[in-house]
Amino acid sequence: MSWNYVKDISNCGLFGVISKKKRLINGEIARRAIANMHDRGNGLGGGFAAYGIYPDYKDFYAFHIMYDSLKAIDETEEFLRDNLEVVHEEDIPTRETDKIKWSPYLKRYFVLPANNPKERELELLRGMDDDYIVRVVMIINDRIEGAYVFSSGKNMGAFKGVGFPEDLAEFYRLDEYDGYIWIAHNRFPTNTPGWWGGAHPFTLLDWAIVHNGEISSYGINRRYLEMFGYKLTLHTDTEVVAYLMDLIVRKHGLPFEIAAKIFAPPFWKDIDEMDEDEREAYTALRAVYGSAVLNGPFAILFAFHNGLMGLNDRVKLRPLVVGEKDDLVYMSSEEAGIREVEPDLDRVYAPPAGEPVLVFTEEEKD
Amino acid sequence: MLFYEEKDARETLKLRSLKKGEYHQDYPLYTVVRDNDKCIRCLACVRQCSYEATFYDPVRNVIYNKDEACVGCLRCVAICPTDAITVKRNDTKYRENENWREETIKAIKKQADFGAARLTGLGNDKGYKIYFDHMVLDASQVTNPSIDPLREPMELRTFLGRKPDSVKVEFRNGKLHLKEKIPPQLKLEVPVIFAPMSYGSINFNFQAALAIAAREAGTYFNTGEGGLHQKLREFGSNAIVQVASGRFGVDIDYLEAAAAVEIKIGQGAKPGIGGHLPGEKVTADISRTRMIPEGSDAISPAPHHDIYSIEDLRLLIYAIKEATRYTKPVSVKIAAVHNVAAIASGIARAGADIIVIDGFRGGTGAAPTIIRDHVGIPIELAIAQVDQRLRDEGIRNWVSLIAAGGIRSSADIVKIIALGADAVYIGTAAMVAVGCTLCQQCHRGICAWGITTNRPDLAKRINVDIAAEQLYNLLRGWAIEIREMLGLMGVNSIESLRGNRLKLRGVGLTQEELDVLGIKHAGLQ
Ligand code: SF4
Ligand code: SF4
Repeated sequence: MSWNYVKDISNCGLFGVISKKKRLINGEIARRAIANMHDRGNGLGGGFAAYGIYPDYKDFYAFHIMYDSLKAIDETEEFLRDNLEVVHEEDIPTRETDKIKWSPYLKRYFVLPANNPKERELELLRGMDDDYIVRVVMIINDRIEGAYVFSSGKNMGAFKGVGFPEDLAEFYRLDEYDGYIWIAHNRFPTNTPGWWGGAHPFTLLDWAIVHNGEISSYGINRRYLEMFGYKLTLHTDTEVVAYLMDLIVRKHGLPFEIAAKIFAPPFWKDIDEMDEDEREAYTALRAVYGSAVLNGPFAILFAFHNGLMGLNDRVKLRPLVVGEKDDLVYMSSEEAGIREVEPDLDRVYAPPAGEPVLVFTEEEKD
Repeated sequence: MLFYEEKDARETLKLRSLKKGEYHQDYPLYTVVRDNDKCIRCLACVRQCSYEATFYDPVRNVIYNKDEACVGCLRCVAICPTDAITVKRNDTKYRENENWREETIKAIKKQADFGAARLTGLGNDKGYKIYFDHMVLDASQVTNPSIDPLREPMELRTFLGRKPDSVKVEFRNGKLHLKEKIPPQLKLEVPVIFAPMSYGSINFNFQAALAIAAREAGTYFNTGEGGLHQKLREFGSNAIVQVASGRFGVDIDYLEAAAAVEIKIGQGAKPGIGGHLPGEKVTADISRTRMIPEGSDAISPAPHHDIYSIEDLRLLIYAIKEATRYTKPVSVKIAAVHNVAAIASGIARAGADIIVIDGFRGGTGAAPTIIRDHVGIPIELAIAQVDQRLRDEGIRNWVSLIAAGGIRSSADIVKIIALGADAVYIGTAAMVAVGCTLCQQCHRGICAWGITTNRPDLAKRINVDIAAEQLYNLLRGWAIEIREMLGLMGVNSIESLRGNRLKLRGVGLTQEELDVLGIKHAGLQ
């Protein structure tokens, strides 16, 4: 029954950085920045996503998958072999540390859609690679007990789990990765079981989201997405944000700026002040996408292969600070997190409520 | 035989109906007590009692009451300048019997006397479970802050009408621009609309007050099926006009004057049956507005005689859309019945932009009591099922849902919107705002409060300006309360409440009831 679910509640710390020139940034930067905001989490969840880390396999979808059991591995790998072309697979390298006492099996695969998938519903999606991959992810998460896909985008990956983020960085050996975008998350859940899949970032294709806040509109956001065929399995606000983004940007073809205006719409009193043309547009946007408004306190960082977006709720009930240095743009819950890795900033500011901060990499700006 | 050849049978059996006043073997429900010391013999009560339950004996200088005529409308109590009057329930009662209750016995005796179907006004007054009273709301604590409506904007604006799946917009010179218009919408500043009440069943003064209040509050009133009086045409942009089975008052000017057009299929108080405004109530003005001869009975057939199926409904919807050149939303109003969800889905697919579901508590100007009290289902269950069904079919955005029949307070509104409604109709509550005491005599056309009557001396008891102010105040007060409730739930616009059933919990409901409502029991996370 689609209404009978429990929602997790959590508060968190965020950090993100992007190089507009696509210069590579070491994982240490993300680790140090998020470690600086240690007290924003409680050790029950942390994670990172990085872009540009798999140059050798940049044209393949990189699957990061966690498994609870060997049986889940067998089942998943059989499914992968039947439905994907796997060019390379390996364990995700980890380092032993005192702080992370237990971990699931963690593997990664570099894949393309198969020409002759066994699965009927995938056969119908041949030629539509992104939809195909999204479906594969949903099938694994939904059908295979004990298997869960952390990430599935090209030339990117998510590293997450239960623990403080700085300890997870150590565990995942993030100092051995260089990327042009990093986002990081430190989680303070109040009621969640310690499940590695529940940590942020949440991803879909090459999109990754970290999120601080509680979406009070969750109940309707979720039912709205279900109407469009999304299966929500995680009981987190963040999953809702990711799928809404998928619906609005990928399926409905609207740009990120407009997605931001849907999530955090201008108030009617401000819309009423606009000229007629704009008023009509915002009125239509709000009338049609009312169920997609993210209402309640939030700060979100949203990364994709050529950009990073930061967004606050429309009354700014959660912190978000932006710092700039040369071609680097930092976004963080606290300025201290940015200063930790870049004391000498060109500019620091707090974006206004509901105003997206959207940064694209230079050569791919569209 | 008695049913089909009633007249003949009565003649052969020498049956007769008793005349009014020839009551036998029953006692009055109310007794009017007048404090002789306080009463100053101003006779206001005598003049005000339209039920002729009060009379004055000038010889003895005493005011008497004929208790069996008293309906408990409390007009005399309200009007008495010295508070000399108390209307009490009669202490006399039939012997206690859980099975044969007073109302049942009285009904039989009355029918034995009069040999007719009992008529009544207003809505179902029976003791069915009121689901509104078994649902409670959530509030924010710590993890998400509540929002203070006195400091932050708190938005109630609602649009009713068909919504496309997506919009086509783009930024042009940094400004958002709409590339393709969306279908016509009704814009509500408060998600409450005055329910259909026809001119005829109510009088002009009350309808004018509804129109003024709707305009002031940024919402709409519904004409019901009685047409739109010429003098109210200026309120057309706040009017939803009905096209009902009698087609009273319908012409192109009527459709064009309105903001939206509503096809009335059914009414919660009397699903599946028509209506009847007796000829003596069809005054010159009403006859002009309804476009029927003066003094003729205004009969609304049970079904529309051009709608015997969903395909027929589609034809009428599109006939109206064509006639109004697709500039107005078309609404379809049905009573909440067992398979309401499937019917609503059909209506959405037939092209309606708005669906009104009228629950079994909904009021009426006149309905057979037995039907009012036993047919239909509660609006809470109906809305929950319709909303879920439309979502399951992926067409919830094709229509807006209006919940009608049984909305009593701002809390009811918040709850039904959380269950999935876009807005509500209020009828009974609007009447109570201008004086109605729920005496359920509306069908008699002599409402002592001047609401459901067209007798000029009674109708003038509604002062248009005062009534409009009372109606406006009610909406204003409810809007303040709704904003408070939104704020404490941590949201600052009504669209984040709509269909957000996580904000509701049931108290004292069975699993089956919770499943139908689509909510969890209180205490569960
Ligand atoms: S005014 Fe109403 S309450 Fe008073 S005596 Fe007449 S019917 Fe009864
Ligand atoms: S409208 Fe008048 S007659 Fe009808 S219930 Fe109210 S007070 Fe009684």
